Amino acid sequence: MIQSLIKSREGILAAAILALLLVISTRFPAFAAPKNLANVFNDTAPLIILALGQMAVILTRCIDLSVAANLALTGMVVAMLNTAMPDLPVPLILLIAVALGTLMGLVNGLLVWKLDIPPIVVTLGTMTIYRGIIFVISGGEWINAHEMSPAFKAFPREVILGLPVLSWMAILVVIGFIVLVGRSPLGRAFYAVGGNPHAAVYTGINVGRTQCAAFVLSGALAGLTGYLWVARYAVAYVDIAGGFELEVVAACVIGGISIAGGIGSVGGALLGALFLGIVKNALPVVNISPFWQLAISGSAIIIAVAFNATSNRTKGRVILKKAEHAL
Amino acid sequence: MNLASGTSQVSGRQIPDRRRSPLQRFLTSWELLLLGVAVAVFIINSFASPYFLDPWNLSDATFNFTEKALIAFAMALLIISGEIDLSVASIIALASTAMGFAVQLGADTSLLVLIGLGVGLACGAFNGFLVTGFGLPSIVVTIGTMSLFRGISYIVLGDKAYTGYPSDFAFFGQGYVWWVISFELVLFAVMAILFAILLHRTNFGRAVYVIGNNPVGALFSGIRVSRVKFTLFLLTGLMSGVAAICLTSRLGATRPSIAFGWELEVVTMVVLGGISILGGSGTIPGVVIAAFVMGMVTFGFGLLNVPGIVMSIFIGLLLIAVIALPRIARQLLARRRT
Repeated sequence: MIQSLIKSREGILAAAILALLLVISTRFPAFAAPKNLANVFNDTAPLIILALGQMAVILTRCIDLSVAANLALTGMVVAMLNTAMPDLPVPLILLIAVALGTLMGLVNGLLVWKLDIPPIVVTLGTMTIYRGIIFVISGGEWINAHEMSPAFKAFPREVILGLPVLSWMAILVVIGFIVLVGRSPLGRAFYAVGGNPHAAVYTGINVGRTQCAAFVLSGALAGLTGYLWVARYAVAYVDIAGGFELEVVAACVIGGISIAGGIGSVGGALLGALFLGIVKNALPVVNISPFWQLAISGSAIIIAVAFNATSNRTKGRVILKKAEHAL
Repeated sequence: MNLASGTSQVSGRQIPDRRRSPLQRFLTSWELLLLGVAVAVFIINSFASPYFLDPWNLSDATFNFTEKALIAFAMALLIISGEIDLSVASIIALASTAMGFAVQLGADTSLLVLIGLGVGLACGAFNGFLVTGFGLPSIVVTIGTMSLFRGISYIVLGDKAYTGYPSDFAFFGQGYVWWVISFELVLFAVMAILFAILLHRTNFGRAVYVIGNNPVGALFSGIRVSRVKFTLFLLTGLMSGVAAICLTSRLGATRPSIAFGWELEVVTMVVLGGISILGGSGTIPGVVIAAFVMGMVTFGFGLLNVPGIVMSIFIGLLLIAVIALPRIARQLLARRRT
């Protein structure tokens, strides 16, 4: 049990996170205080939610680069709805946000499923299209805190049992994913499609539909996060969460989710997101300029993917040398 | 590129019994269709705005695509071989930052050019080493280096900017060789010819196609797959360095956000030019025409006062439509036959 924990990807990552916390707290004890850690978790909640959605997509050998644009567009739409109709109840807004995100995920999924377009091309395209639409509907204007209704802004910050709703949302999504991935036919289909699409077809799984379902899931979570993000930061404009899609992919890659599909766990994605979240929050504490963050997450992606490749390579017998590895 | 393959590997490529005649192939080619689009865009533009047909305006319009096209040529080869490099725009940022840093230390123009090319080569070598040395998927590696290279620029520059480039450095981005023919346009033409020869008339070019169609087969037919791919990453890095020199010279300043989002436009240009994103097919003339189409569309929109971000919607739609339309057509044809 302990041995397998040490060998597992999640074990190493958890140890790395603990070591990181330990190093920081020797110099800055306040950082490791429970209250601050809860803050860090709350800060990382959007990343956790999106990383889990992305995990489903990557498991099926696809990638969704449009999540940040989806988030921003949904956020802008609900913020504009809120300014136009301040009396709209929060549950309805949540529903609209999730529905809108689902719709955008469905567009990605259908293009991948029905037209067989490579996912990276589809989502690179929809990423710019969704961003562009934000500009068109908002006219490039910002929606600021004073234009939003108090109930709209208060929802993600409301404290229940010591944690804000935003954190609880992330926890709910994590639990939902553990059930979905580990206990449902769809979750198994994600792994089957990514692990071996040909074999998946013969076991009666519709590869395209499973990939589409993953995109829809990722889109729905992006929509949910869109509302939470805009309400928490109390501002909506064209560029919110710009470049966040890379951070989401980084969290997955660091968490040991293989970009070749079929390998990965909910715990890995969660830890990957937490690792990035802690680094991000620790930088100002240890007095390093925030400009370092981009380079750090870039290096983390490269190290993690190199690590994944070497740890996955030992699996299975090599019958034929792979072309890329030879020479 | 594992991700791009996805499900389409299942179907497999069909090879016809007999090749059609060259004329027939030309008449049904993607390049001819694209040429038609280019002419149509040109005509629509000249009707839409009275300022379009002015030679100096047209000359200005070429700056919209020359720098991106320089990278697109190398990217085309890389994509044909089945890899991709999403870090090109970040290489521009890093190379430009390095040049700006050198200017502060008093470097002259020839040294700046060497630095720009050197940084480009080094970044390309880094990508190539990670992809071919460790056998990592290029898409993830270059998403990583995309953050890393631009991240280094941000660490060096923060919210500041480098200016004060020597006056003769301005020639690369602002100079004219003859009348309205700019240095960049000449460079674009020369590179187009060089890359067309490299891809279509040399053993190296054949090897690129073979690798894209069947990497294992390429290996067994004696092609050094890793070495060719490494060379292609070097080449892409080098061309990004060239683009960095031109762009920095044209803007006369370096910020860490320089050329932000260009990787998307370069990939769009390549795909629009008829290069299959799955690798193995496409031509350089296609990329050249695609560069003109994108440049003319952007310039035409600009003359009509359409904001840049709205143009990006159009480019995103173009990217998807260009790949989707032939597939829809094929599906409809297949349905009619059965």
